[in-house]
Amino acid sequence: MKILICISKTPDTTSKIAFTDNNSKFSTDGVQWIINPYDEWYALVRAIEIKEADPSTVLHLVHVGGVESDPIIRKAFSLGGDQGFRINSDIADSFFVAGQIAQVAIEGNYDLIFTGKETIDYNGSSIGGMIAEFLDIPFISHAVKFDMANGNAIVVREIDGGEEIDSAPFPLVVSCQKGMAEQRIPNMKGIMGSKSKPLNVVEPVDISPLTSVVSFDLPPAKVGVKLVSAEHPEELIRLLNEEAKAI
Amino acid sequence: MSVLIFIDIAEGKIKKASFEAANYGAAIAQQLGTFASAIVLGKSEDLSTLGNYGISKVYNLLNESIHHFDAQVFTKLIADANETIGANVFVFSNTTTGKSVAPRLSVRLKAGLVSGAVALPDTSNGFVVKKSVFSGKAFAHIAINTDKKIIALNPNSFSVIKTEGVAEVVVLNLEIPAAKIAVQSVNKIIGDVPLSEADIVVSGGRGLKGPENWGIVTDLAKLLGAATACSRPVSDIHWRPHHEHVGQTGLAIAPNLYIAIGISGAIQHLAGVNRSKTIVVINKDPEAPFFKAADYGIVGDAFEVVPKMIEAIKKLKESV
Ligand SMILES: Cc1cc2nc3c(=O)[nH]c(=O)nc-3n(C[C@H](O)[C@H](O)[C@H](O)COP(=O)(O)OP(=O)(O)OC[C@H]3O[C@@H](n4cnc5c(N)ncnc54)[C@H](O)[C@@H]3O)c2cc1C
Ligand SMILES: Nc1ncnc2c1ncn2[C@@H]1O[C@H](COP(=O)(O)O)[C@@H](O)[C@H]1O
Repeated sequence: MKILICISKTPDTTSKIAFTDNNSKFSTDGVQWIINPYDEWYALVRAIEIKEADPSTVLHLVHVGGVESDPIIRKAFSLGGDQGFRINSDIADSFFVAGQIAQVAIEGNYDLIFTGKETIDYNGSSIGGMIAEFLDIPFISHAVKFDMANGNAIVVREIDGGEEIDSAPFPLVVSCQKGMAEQRIPNMKGIMGSKSKPLNVVEPVDISPLTSVVSFDLPPAKVGVKLVSAEHPEELIRLLNEEAKAI
Repeated sequence: MSVLIFIDIAEGKIKKASFEAANYGAAIAQQLGTFASAIVLGKSEDLSTLGNYGISKVYNLLNESIHHFDAQVFTKLIADANETIGANVFVFSNTTTGKSVAPRLSVRLKAGLVSGAVALPDTSNGFVVKKSVFSGKAFAHIAINTDKKIIALNPNSFSVIKTEGVAEVVVLNLEIPAAKIAVQSVNKIIGDVPLSEADIVVSGGRGLKGPENWGIVTDLAKLLGAATACSRPVSDIHWRPHHEHVGQTGLAIAPNLYIAIGISGAIQHLAGVNRSKTIVVINKDPEAPFFKAADYGIVGDAFEVVPKMIEAIKKLKESV
């Protein structure tokens, strides 16, 4: 089994969200970068578990980004993974990123491609499905459980208002979320080993993006909370009914 | 230049988020001076009522073999149907189905996709769609630079306006490719409002001390016809099921009303709920960060306050 895990880089969840260049760029001032939580906690860890159960499994990581992303890939290596590919390019849009990953996927002939459910900065939830269409293979999104039986993938996925159990042949793209695995902390051996794992830098293929960012803005600030005395919760209900018209 | 809206159905009924997508698509059509049609893959009740949401034509595929969802098959069917429909703006709702099909269609048609849209496109200079980014902490305005365009609309971000109208239903005849994915079982949480579509959400945090105390949350929810949710630690320690977890690493929701009980309001929690229209916080700590993001709040013990809220709502309901 050969697995490709898509690793993206996002600002730490506590980062201040601000913009520069006339609100056209995210301000990276003082931002700590982390592996996108869905990619790290669920996709990568589940892939590592598969390898732990069957050591013949090969785990490759792929990331689209510049040289400044290398520490993120190394951090992922400290959890697991055999080799990495960094497609050396800025991110133009989801279509561009998915097309680049699809190219690596075609060349590597993987049985399984894991992505996170979404990036916590762009919130696209798009790249997994796009990769699958580039490769013309099935895509199961929002996976909460992944197993294998009789040469097929058995995946529990979230659907609106419930869950569904799917079986699908390989090759396959799966987007991962909570439930797939438990978050892990890298150990010393992992951290030491991460430095010597092969990280291949590949140049991007020629793909034109379909969309572009015009600008960003922030939601209007809340005017402030209206506090009601704990003695009179019925007053809160009145406000919700008459003022907010929410109930 | 017409607009095609994908209508998602479940058990032969149109999903709530799809009515919103239909209405949104119809508004785009009006803005562009064209008409809106809908595509429905499978049998569903009362498709002509989509006319009330601004749809003039409904293309319906009735073939028995498509009762299960497969994103690859759905994508091909929509693309094939569009050979005759000829739409160039496609609207989905940004739900699990939309998130599986829209990206595939984007690649298939080389159509730029904006997912998580929260407003009508700005067509004054190109075609620019406002979307939620940074888990609700900001918005991005994204230009779609291709001739064909796809938008996936976040649920609860566009107010539905019903009008008079009857849509013409046209039966589609398409060859259905074999699905590679086999759905073995579907487990719906019966009777509950899906969290992503709920108008009102009542949510509990670690302040509730244990799963045995959840009665006040579920009672309040039931009374309001609300869905229930929880903070991450609560689902991590298995007080509540995983699918109720909201926040940066859980579900992002945007209900009309979000009631947070015994939740501190950590930034990662807020990331999943800050698009809610009205936020109510019940917390015994006046310094809890959640109060800064709230519209209404009570500083007090949830075990005393919530039962009184329940009584007050019962009274309110009796009075109307
Ligand atoms: C990368 C990352 C991602 C994360 N993602 C998420 C996420 O998606 N969703 C999420 O929720 N969290 C997430 N977290 C965790 C988050 O940082 C907080 O730890 C978590 O939200 C706290 O949950 P809580 O408010 O239920 O518990 P606590 O922080 O323990 O707060 C409990 C609150 O209850 C109040 N309380 C206690 N007793 C009572 C009472 N009797 N009546 C009323 N109030 C009472 C207390 O004053 C306190 O404010 C994430 C963290 C990280 C690092
Ligand atoms: N630059 C990137 N490099 C590698 N994988 C990525 C990149 N961006 C996104 N992904 C993967 O695609 C998933 C969905 O991203 P998105 O569609 O942006 O929400 C992420 O969870 C990652 O697994």
